[in-house]
Amino acid sequence: MIDTLVYYFEFPFVRYALIVGVLIALCSSLLGVTLVLKRFSFIGDGLSHVAFGAIAIASVLNLSNDMFFVLPATVICAVLLLRTGQNTKIKGDAAVAMISVGALAVGYLLMNIFSTSANLSGDVCSTLFGSTSILTLSISEVWLCVVLSIAVVVIFVVFYNKIFAVTFDEDFAKAVGTNVNTYNLLIAVTIAIIIVLAMNLVGSLLISALVIFPALSAMRVFRSFKTVTICSAVVSVICATLGILISILAGTPVGSTIVVIDILAFFAACVAGRVRYGA
Amino acid sequence: MAQLSCKNLTLGYEGDVLVRDLSFEVNKGDYLCIVGENGSGKSTLMKTILNLRSPMSGTITTGDGVTAREIGYLPQQTIVQRDFPASVWEIVLSGCQARGKFHPFYTKEEKRMARENIERMGITEYTERCYRELSGGQQQRVLLARALCATRKILLLDEPVSGLDPKVTNDMYTLIEHLNKDEGVTIIMVSHDVQAAVRYATHILHVGTTIFFGTKEKYLQSREGRLFTASIESDENLTIKNPAQQDIRNESENIATGNVSASRKEKNDRNSQEAKKDSYDGDMSSDKQRENEQPKAGGLQNESGDVMHKAGEEAGK
Repeated sequence: MIDTLVYYFEFPFVRYALIVGVLIALCSSLLGVTLVLKRFSFIGDGLSHVAFGAIAIASVLNLSNDMFFVLPATVICAVLLLRTGQNTKIKGDAAVAMISVGALAVGYLLMNIFSTSANLSGDVCSTLFGSTSILTLSISEVWLCVVLSIAVVVIFVVFYNKIFAVTFDEDFAKAVGTNVNTYNLLIAVTIAIIIVLAMNLVGSLLISALVIFPALSAMRVFRSFKTVTICSAVVSVICATLGILISILAGTPVGSTIVVIDILAFFAACVAGRVRYGA
Repeated sequence: MAQLSCKNLTLGYEGDVLVRDLSFEVNKGDYLCIVGENGSGKSTLMKTILNLRSPMSGTITTGDGVTAREIGYLPQQTIVQRDFPASVWEIVLSGCQARGKFHPFYTKEEKRMARENIERMGITEYTERCYRELSGGQQQRVLLARALCATRKILLLDEPVSGLDPKVTNDMYTLIEHLNKDEGVTIIMVSHDVQAAVRYATHILHVGTTIFFGTKEKYLQSREGRLFTASIESDENLTIKNPAQQDIRNESENIATGNVSASRKEKNDRNSQEAKKDSYDGDMSSDKQRENEQPKAGGLQNESGDVMHKAGEEAGK
């Protein structure tokens, strides 16, 4: 087994996949806690569908590097979605559902009409479930990924206390003079970046899993914001690493393997939580 | 100079005026209770004072060494907080966030202050505990400690005892009284509990169809005060003793039959805007406002009844 792994790791694309996978898992888990607690779990899902639509448009337009189109489009949608939390006619969850399903439909339609590839369903499937794209990363994409991940981690650490305050009690934070809107915007933009990054790893349908499972697992076992955040990062990185290794060895799709491991980790955490706190 | 003065405030939502021409002042060391029926604009007033929303007209000014950001705030619990994994320490510390320039981490000074306030609230032993595992009274103390980290001068409390049992409620009132009398913290409290308001407060602001602002003594003699306190007593006895209470009963019955504006206009010389405020049912689109208040089954049929019910409930606990 070790031999097989060593053999595979001689290929640069496998190493890239592991590096990128771990970084993405780390980033997505950090904000996961905030998203879950703010009741925004589905925003991740909605945004990933938006990203799917954006990818479809990019491929129709034959853009050489679709990241530069997909990223801004997703960021804009994230901002719009979080804005809807405040005074609009269509309330938060409905807005998310509307935008996400709409983007999915338009994306698929565009891909279907303007398809240049022979294997349409394969394309769609890999965009949705990320089956192969992580193994076809170019070195420039890897670097982009590394830079963005570092940016996300730095933003999170620097604004950690503010993010906590805004998540725990928005009204109080606002009343004592924290610029809540700015921080919500920051959270939205960061989520969008993470989503676009994570599309490479697990595909657009499974991103929410990457964002919420580690956070939920950590919340089962730990009782303070700091420990929950750290634990969720650790759980997420371990699950991603295991998932990637298993998928290499067993030849399973990367994204769904990682998510399955995350699910297992969640159940393990439930058990651990019960043991630790009784009941 | 007053620490907080509101002049000619008009409050409301998207064209629906809730409160018109409201003026009052809060001086250092005051203990002001804001009372009124559900939907009378108490929460809106509070949010306006805190700068969470702007008044439709009028001004709010702070003075006497208090800036607009130095009003400590004890909010009602939100749904998010009920299963939020955070330690008492983290929450109290987050009260220090808005001091001066941006710096990513808390300073030693801020940590010392947080520790002090935890001590003042008598919750030192829970410092490392998880917030959601604490009892209602302990949670309120945590939030109070957080509010004290944000200010030393003026505290705004939103229904600080809702959902607490009678003993804890008393403890909470004693604690607030201690802050007010012994530490000179100005208190502004939004409350349903008129009896406690009358017992502890120095000033009363009654918002509703008519507005009263003045000292507690004057409030008890005023028309609003007599009506409001009487309505609670009558609910407890379930008998109607005097014409003033009869008046209230009739009013709620009329509301129940739906002719809000008409009946009220006849009964009192209220102006049309106030009547409009009362008939907001259905077109007042702010969910936030409603979240803070009891659900009103069947619209407005129970405006004053609602208050009675709640006060009775709390007394009964």
